[in-house]
Amino acid sequence: MRGQDLRVAYHGKTVLKVDSISLPDGKTFSLLGASGAGKSTLLRILGLLEKTSSGRVFFDGEPANRRHLATRRTIAAVFQKPYLLRGTVAYNVGYGLQLHHVRSSERTARVASALTRVGLGGWEDRSALTLSGGEAQRVALARALVLQPRLLLLDEPLSYMDPLLKRQLSLEFADILADERITALYVTHDRDEAAVVADRIGVMRDGRLVAEGEPEAVLSLPSDPWVAGFLGTVMPLEGFVESSEHGVARIDCGGVGISAVSDLPSGTKVLVGIRPEDVLLFEPDVPLPRTSARNRLDGTVAEISRAGVTMDVAVDVGGGVRISSTVTRSSAESLALAPGVAVAIVFKATAVRVRPS
Amino acid sequence: MVSGSAIAIATVIGVPLGYLLGISRFSGRGIIILLVNTAMGFPPVVIGLFVYMALSRTGPLGGLDWLFTPQGMVIAQVILAAPLVIGVSAVAVASVPRDLRVQLRALGASSLQEGLAVLKEARGGVPISIVAGFGAIISEVGAVSIVVGGIEGYTDVMTTAIMANVRRGEFPQAMAWAMVLMGIALIVNVALTTMQNTAVSYER
Repeated sequence: MRGQDLRVAYHGKTVLKVDSISLPDGKTFSLLGASGAGKSTLLRILGLLEKTSSGRVFFDGEPANRRHLATRRTIAAVFQKPYLLRGTVAYNVGYGLQLHHVRSSERTARVASALTRVGLGGWEDRSALTLSGGEAQRVALARALVLQPRLLLLDEPLSYMDPLLKRQLSLEFADILADERITALYVTHDRDEAAVVADRIGVMRDGRLVAEGEPEAVLSLPSDPWVAGFLGTVMPLEGFVESSEHGVARIDCGGVGISAVSDLPSGTKVLVGIRPEDVLLFEPDVPLPRTSARNRLDGTVAEISRAGVTMDVAVDVGGGVRISSTVTRSSAESLALAPGVAVAIVFKATAVRVRPS
Repeated sequence: MVSGSAIAIATVIGVPLGYLLGISRFSGRGIIILLVNTAMGFPPVVIGLFVYMALSRTGPLGGLDWLFTPQGMVIAQVILAAPLVIGVSAVAVASVPRDLRVQLRALGASSLQEGLAVLKEARGGVPISIVAGFGAIISEVGAVSIVVGGIEGYTDVMTTAIMANVRRGEFPQAMAWAMVLMGIALIVNVALTTMQNTAVSYER
């Protein structure tokens, strides 16, 4: 499935402007973005559920639109709210099969199989009224999977879940999508959820796709300050590969040496990303035991700010280079972190993301 | 039979139009809704007057020769009931969440399947629209009096019969008709309320 020059306008205001997007076969593409970024609109356009103001959607290389019923019936969706009908679980899961005029005997078998796939085997006769939120979303997923779609759309399916259930279900959904090898488009505003389910990530802002790539690249090496801010990470550092041996590269970032797992040759100009959650802070001048961390730098706290229940600490390590660390508030208090305080930062070579610039 | 035919025709015309008005978004929709709402409040005698003029010899439909006939009554009653069926159905359909329609499409529903499912979800409001239309028909006397004159044994309906009985001082007969009228209204309401309560509707 791919889209070309997709534009959607409401009352003269452009809400979607995507020049090109392609969903890789058998993989999950996650669309990230804040509320109102156009993610759901793009999902509905690619799912042939709404029409565009201009542009085209292609399915198997052929133009498609929402009037193509046969094509639409190869696509299924799970939304934020499951919209289950009053009746049994089996009735709900089989509802789409009824719309597709599938025979009753075949429906029964397929419904049973789909329910087993989502961990609700034997739940056919349960009333939809008695389901919890997580169970209802599993039924909604079964209702979509039972149609054996070629494209599965998931529009923030876990947004109403508590964090623990969300984490559990996102792992389950990721397993199911990988096992079924369905092409999937997964919309979420949650970076961690996208990281769990996605083979490829796109970031949307104001109706445009502003970043796209493999999860590690997008999440650890954001392409611009807005994307970095939205993802809760920092802009990558610029540097070059000084030396490379046994799969570990020594990178010079403004005179600061950083070890990273990379086999890029010497002299390669690179962008370096280090996720703040992977950076540890220590008191300075404290002898550290031998660890697997290849990077230890001394610096000074430049800025410290609250980020929900944690603190973001930016540390100057010299050469105009700042490296950020995310710590808990209690850690910040115990280390007496404040601007000007000296600290040592430690992180592993495997925590450093590198790509040629 | 006349009122039954009229409400059946008004339903066949009004429910699909109400559905389209409920789900569509187009410039001018507000004006259409305004016209429908205005038509709901038209005095029955005014409707009767226009139908009379249309069906009279010099009117555009004079050739049908339906003035002072049951067919003429049906026309008047359809015009009376249809705006109610359209307007109330439109409100009921518009109250079905748009996301539910998208979900139905996402399950592979054709336009017809989507429409039938939406009407099913709006089953609370659509029967009410039909009941409202039927209530308007069986309780009015102005339109039928003008269009068909209440010719006893031919074009009289229960309301005109009650009027005639009262004028002649035949109060027991008038009360009998009134009881029948109320009985019909009660039966229809029970049937439609039962339908409303057993409607399959989305849960969450």
